[in-house]
Amino acid sequence: MLKLIKYIDLIRIFIAILIGFILTIGIIYGVSEDASTTIWYFFLGPFSNISGMGNIFETATPLILTAVGTAIAFQAGLIYIGAGGAIFIGATMGTLIAIFSNAPTFIHIPFILLVALLAGAFIGYIPGYLRVKLRIHEFISSLMLNYIATFVGIYIIKYYARDMAAALLQSRELPKTAWFLRIIPGTRIHLGFILAIILSLLAYFFLYHTRWGYEIRMVGKNADFARFNGIDVNKVIVISTTLAGATAGIAGISEIMGIYHRFQWKALPCFSLEGILVVIIARNNPLLIIPVSFLIAYLKTGAQYAALIGDIPSEIVTIIISIIVFLVTAELFLEKWKQRLTFKEATKDELRS
Amino acid sequence: MNKDEAILELKDILKIYPNGVIACNKASLKIKKGSIHAIVGENGAGKTSLMRVVSGLEIPQEGDIYYQGEKVEIKNPFESIKRGIGMVHQHFMLVQGLTVAQNLVLGMEPGKYGVLNGKEIRSMASKISEKYSIEVPIEKKVRDIPMGIRQRVEILKALLRNSKVLILDEPTSMLTPQETERLFVTIQNLKKLGKTIVFISHKLKEVKAISEVISIMRRGRIIFTGDTRKISEKEMAQLMVEKTIPKNRIVRSEEIGEEVLKVDKLKYLDEEKRLRLNCISFKLRRGEVLGIAGIDENGQEELVHILNGLIKRYAGIVKIMGKNIKDKSSREIRELGVSCIPKDKLKYGVAQDASFLDNLIVNKYYKYPFLNGLRLNKSYISQYAHRLVNSFSIEVSKLEAPVSNLSGGNIQKVILARELSKKNNLVIAYEPSQGLDIGAIEIVHNLLFRAREQRVGILLISSDLDELLELSTRILVLYNGKIVAHLNNLENISQRDISPYMLGIKEERVET
Repeated sequence: MLKLIKYIDLIRIFIAILIGFILTIGIIYGVSEDASTTIWYFFLGPFSNISGMGNIFETATPLILTAVGTAIAFQAGLIYIGAGGAIFIGATMGTLIAIFSNAPTFIHIPFILLVALLAGAFIGYIPGYLRVKLRIHEFISSLMLNYIATFVGIYIIKYYARDMAAALLQSRELPKTAWFLRIIPGTRIHLGFILAIILSLLAYFFLYHTRWGYEIRMVGKNADFARFNGIDVNKVIVISTTLAGATAGIAGISEIMGIYHRFQWKALPCFSLEGILVVIIARNNPLLIIPVSFLIAYLKTGAQYAALIGDIPSEIVTIIISIIVFLVTAELFLEKWKQRLTFKEATKDELRS
Repeated sequence: MNKDEAILELKDILKIYPNGVIACNKASLKIKKGSIHAIVGENGAGKTSLMRVVSGLEIPQEGDIYYQGEKVEIKNPFESIKRGIGMVHQHFMLVQGLTVAQNLVLGMEPGKYGVLNGKEIRSMASKISEKYSIEVPIEKKVRDIPMGIRQRVEILKALLRNSKVLILDEPTSMLTPQETERLFVTIQNLKKLGKTIVFISHKLKEVKAISEVISIMRRGRIIFTGDTRKISEKEMAQLMVEKTIPKNRIVRSEEIGEEVLKVDKLKYLDEEKRLRLNCISFKLRRGEVLGIAGIDENGQEELVHILNGLIKRYAGIVKIMGKNIKDKSSREIRELGVSCIPKDKLKYGVAQDASFLDNLIVNKYYKYPFLNGLRLNKSYISQYAHRLVNSFSIEVSKLEAPVSNLSGGNIQKVILARELSKKNNLVIAYEPSQGLDIGAIEIVHNLLFRAREQRVGILLISSDLDELLELSTRILVLYNGKIVAHLNNLENISQRDISPYMLGIKEERVET
């Protein structure tokens, strides 16, 4: 029983996911002509061949990278949703530098990553700075900055790196020295995945084992307490949004270097928002971000199969994700059950006395 | 089945909070109609929880409530108010920006089609105030009136809703001795008018003075109910805390050392241009306990914030260990050997949702051996925590559990353990024992005493005169941001001598 209480929050997430699944099956039954085939492909399609499995990894990679940075800002108690803008600017600046520079791969890649990181960090720094200096809520500034970053990014690509041969707006191709290594043949799983895993481990270490992480967490738990006890709350706020922006910058360029090899976004990529949902489901824990990202990636891949072979639109995945987010954030979801468990536990221990 | 004289009866109330804390452990209680019934107990004994059950703020897992001989279920505060049970909370539930009259009628405003009738509001307010002869300034805004009057507003609010049973939760904790006396007169009056009063307190002297029946709670149970006249304060204390606590008077040492704090002509205007500190000057030396007496909101909070480096826009000079703190950050000030026990524990003292460990290291995490290179040294930190748990006898079930699971007294111990287990030159103790029970207060006082023995200078800011007289070597009285009295020799000084200064009735000529 004690064990059950310990993992109660994890169990709650699982049950939320389960309910999401069940509802999806219900919806498919209601909508699809051949429900059983669609469901089969939805849930098992991703595992039917290597490219399906690869797809899960490819989709998970940018989710993890986006979520890791956002988790740091969330841990500081900030409602920072600016990952999208930082992804966009990280990707444009990285693309620009990749096209206009030349070096052997082992120098070129780190250099491009650094540029994307700095560009993202700059975009992340702004909401933190505005919050501290002008008391503008980071939710508003980061949301607005997403729009600004999108149009600035498109402008840069259009005027400095456009591929004139293509009809649609896209950048010229990155030189081969800037391409991420594909790790597993037959898939597009690339170096970015390893980078994502390393960064989430680093973020976990940073948050729970260093003094800066401690400061961030304390500011998030109780900013008055932190300030009263000598923590420089303003500094912590600026650092957290800057770090969130920096990793999002990496998330952006990693997609370009790993998958597309050229910049071709015309709006914020969908993983920028989904990355934030991942953080919410994972309750700001960088280690939980990895499995949650995989789950979302699996659902998205499955939905693609279901749309391709079955007869439902792939947007169905959005419904599942939304349901899961609702249930995870609903503080009272299964609260009665939790109370009953605690109640039993307490009764066992102390009522005897 | 019930004796008709009991207006309220509780049977086997069991209340367990979601965090597993057993607040009421099959508590049973019978309250006679028209009596003044005191409920005493240590902090965390479950007094407030039991009354929250009665007033519908908490729903118990088990147990029955009988009201006027009839079994009732109280699922929310509206039902209890409808039945005539009114509760005055320790922390008043008033809207600061509204006038007294508006607060009184809140939720039952007279008026038509959503338009308020201001005249009617005022007449309702003045009628009820006259009926019970409880005077309140009905036109003033709540934020501009002192605590004692705010409490009268709360009592009137309950009476306006036809309360037959009035529950007062720690009603004297925010009041001066004079205000307390007035409250007691009011309570006696209400009794004469047939009201039943439930008086929750841990101040035994007051309980003895006002109540007729006393119930003692210990660890969620009512362990004694009887006639107040037949039980002595000492017996009450014994029942409350299981063991007797010897009340040692602290021996004063005369050794006084170097100056640790010097405040010179300190002035502070707040954001609303109110003068919160008006040219105050004092010095504090090692081995001294300088008491600052005063009723809440007379500049204490601002002084503490300035000493902690949270307020920078002040005039005058503040020196700690000979260093001007004007340009120093909070962290730099703490590094001069300053520790602070804040008054608002949950706001400044702890991060409730953070773990016990995290709360314990907030003033040391950035230093060796807590920090080893880049890493927090988790094994050292938990060893250290175990040591503090033992030496301060903090009751913690798990070091990683959030401190919100702890009782008020234990949270205070966490703060004390953290602040006093560090090399200190100056300790600022701001209401260190407010809201604590006798046992915990004794521990706090002993710890402060021990700190003084270790040649620390202690600035004790408190509104509790007992505490100030027991611990201080000197006392200053703060009124309206000004020091209105310097009491350097406390030998023949009693509470009665200090309170006129606290209330601003008396002021000594101060020459510096």
